[in-house]
Amino acid sequence: MANDLFNSLMNAPDENGRFGIFGGRFVSETLMPLILELEAEYEHAKTDESFWAEMDDLWKHYVGRPSPLYFADRLTARLGGAKVYMKRDELNHTGAHKINNVLGQLLLARRMGKTRIIAETGAGQHGVATATVCAKFGLKCVVYMGAHDVKRQAPNVFRMKLLGAEVIPVTSGRGTLKDAMNDAMRDWVTNVRDTFYCIGTVAGPHPYPAMVRDFQSIIGKEAREQMLEREGRLPDTLVACIGGGSNAMGLFHPFLNDSEVEIVGVEAGGKGVDDRMQHCASLSGGRPGVLHGNRTYLLQDDDGQILEGFSISAGLDYPGIGPEHAWLHDTGRAKYVYVTDDEALAAFQMCCETEGIIPALEPSHALAHVMKIAPDLPADHLICMNLCGRGDKDIFTVARALGVEMGTVA
Amino acid sequence: MTRIDDTFTRLKAEGKKAFVAYVMAGDPDYETSLEIVKGLPAAGVDIIELGVPFTDPMADGPTIQLAGQRALDGGQTLEKTLAMIAAFREGDATTPIVLMGYYNPIYNRGVARFLKDAVLAGVDGLIVVDLPPEEDAELCIPAQAAGLNFIRLATPTTDDKRLPKVLQNTSGFVYYVSITGITGSAAAEAGDVGPEVARIKAMTDLPVIVGFGIRTPEAAEAIAAVADGAVVGSAIVGQIAEGRAVDEIHAFVKRLAEGAHRA
Repeated sequence: MANDLFNSLMNAPDENGRFGIFGGRFVSETLMPLILELEAEYEHAKTDESFWAEMDDLWKHYVGRPSPLYFADRLTARLGGAKVYMKRDELNHTGAHKINNVLGQLLLARRMGKTRIIAETGAGQHGVATATVCAKFGLKCVVYMGAHDVKRQAPNVFRMKLLGAEVIPVTSGRGTLKDAMNDAMRDWVTNVRDTFYCIGTVAGPHPYPAMVRDFQSIIGKEAREQMLEREGRLPDTLVACIGGGSNAMGLFHPFLNDSEVEIVGVEAGGKGVDDRMQHCASLSGGRPGVLHGNRTYLLQDDDGQILEGFSISAGLDYPGIGPEHAWLHDTGRAKYVYVTDDEALAAFQMCCETEGIIPALEPSHALAHVMKIAPDLPADHLICMNLCGRGDKDIFTVARALGVEMGTVA
Repeated sequence: MTRIDDTFTRLKAEGKKAFVAYVMAGDPDYETSLEIVKGLPAAGVDIIELGVPFTDPMADGPTIQLAGQRALDGGQTLEKTLAMIAAFREGDATTPIVLMGYYNPIYNRGVARFLKDAVLAGVDGLIVVDLPPEEDAELCIPAQAAGLNFIRLATPTTDDKRLPKVLQNTSGFVYYVSITGITGSAAAEAGDVGPEVARIKAMTDLPVIVGFGIRTPEAAEAIAAVADGAVVGSAIVGQIAEGRAVDEIHAFVKRLAEGAHRA
């Protein structure tokens, strides 16, 4: 790869929100002025020290940052190869990385005088994070969640309600995350004056992919410092799971210019990436298209109709991927692989047994890839994977997948 | 000059406002849909807006969403929609057809190939909801070069500062979205719409047609009175959803058209 590309990787997107051909602002005219207003507000906040001072204070005292960089010694011994480090973003308040971004967006919303916050959610983690910060800031919160996900993530629905949010089950389309995003956008088009749309991942129209990435980059900035402190050098390989890709972008971004650091994103392979399309691997099994305000890789049919993804993990169950990942994929800077539901389940169990950490099913995908590569790597090879969420929410799903009746566990 | 320009010239000579009807291509099935479209000019429709089904119609309310799903379930594709227009053109050489939809099916087909096929089929204009002026290089400019009108949406959030940008590469007519919201939701108020249309007309010579939230002949008349015409979509699509016979649908459309033409 040419050096000038390497040096420009951290400067994307351009002024039109493009990462190469990806990204952009593919929204209806009604939303366009709102997106431009948000972009101006964010550009201003980005260089405003008081904004970041407030973020840092909340990250430290409310979220519990920095999250530890943990050396998984027993797992490393079990795999018998590379040293495996885990960035413990599952220890954040609300149990995942999602809150890093929500705090940033809602501080912006407050600056813009918006009083009503809407969000979409799949597994419910972003919905819970949004409901949490809305409760803290005293903002009205409405969360759109696919009717199918409302059923499979009932504990998170109850958590959001406890936090004072209104949860609207989405029945349009097929009632999944992408439909929840459609309905959130329909809400925004309708309530343009007082409403702020808090998107949960590095997707959507510009400036969302760049803005959410910037808020999540705290993960990579910390990991970089922590690794330098622990090992005196940068990691050799970064691994993170990808649905929309916000935890991965957050880990990857501060390392993009470090050509010696290998970057690997892990998509959800569901039941296998083949023409049955029972997966969510947009890069491995999709092609470029336009949805939800940006151009990126999408799962779609021959007519350009969007297909439903499939994954055991509700948080990865999205037929698209953030545009910056699409670009990193096409430029070759990052490598993208997938693991299947079964491999993720095996990693989930391995993490519980060897490290005493119950991971979410999402980062279990990242761990499954680590389990594949670590044994063949030398003992001084440093892997840093993002353990971006905890697994309490997933125990019912895992029990079902393992054929365990919850009532009879003894 | 496109069929759209010719239609407005004729309407002006007749002293009439335009009535635009929206139906979803392939709803409830290809054959019925073609039959519905064929009868629209005789029912008084001046311009036909033909919806291109898409799985994720973000600007549409439940009525149009479900119409798109029915069409897709029935096997409708962009290819078949173009074939439908070609079939319509065999019996009608003058009524303009505007395709309305979302960018992905077009992008997926390839812009150059789509434009060639669309011109060949007899399409006159395009309304692509998720292509604002910021993305003009994608389709708007190539479409105008291919001889198609690219009709832009102006909305209540399009302020005076932004309006010139919205009007810049627009042709055929300007589609004013009467409400902040999705199709088939709140009712358009002529009292609100009138000043907005005047604001747009002060900056362009193009006709301004108003859509979203118009459901009755009376509303079509009231809105058309303060603009150059009115669009009705969800109310017609709702009749199709109820399974009404084709001639009943045409009778319904005729009452709406008479309303708009009274203005």
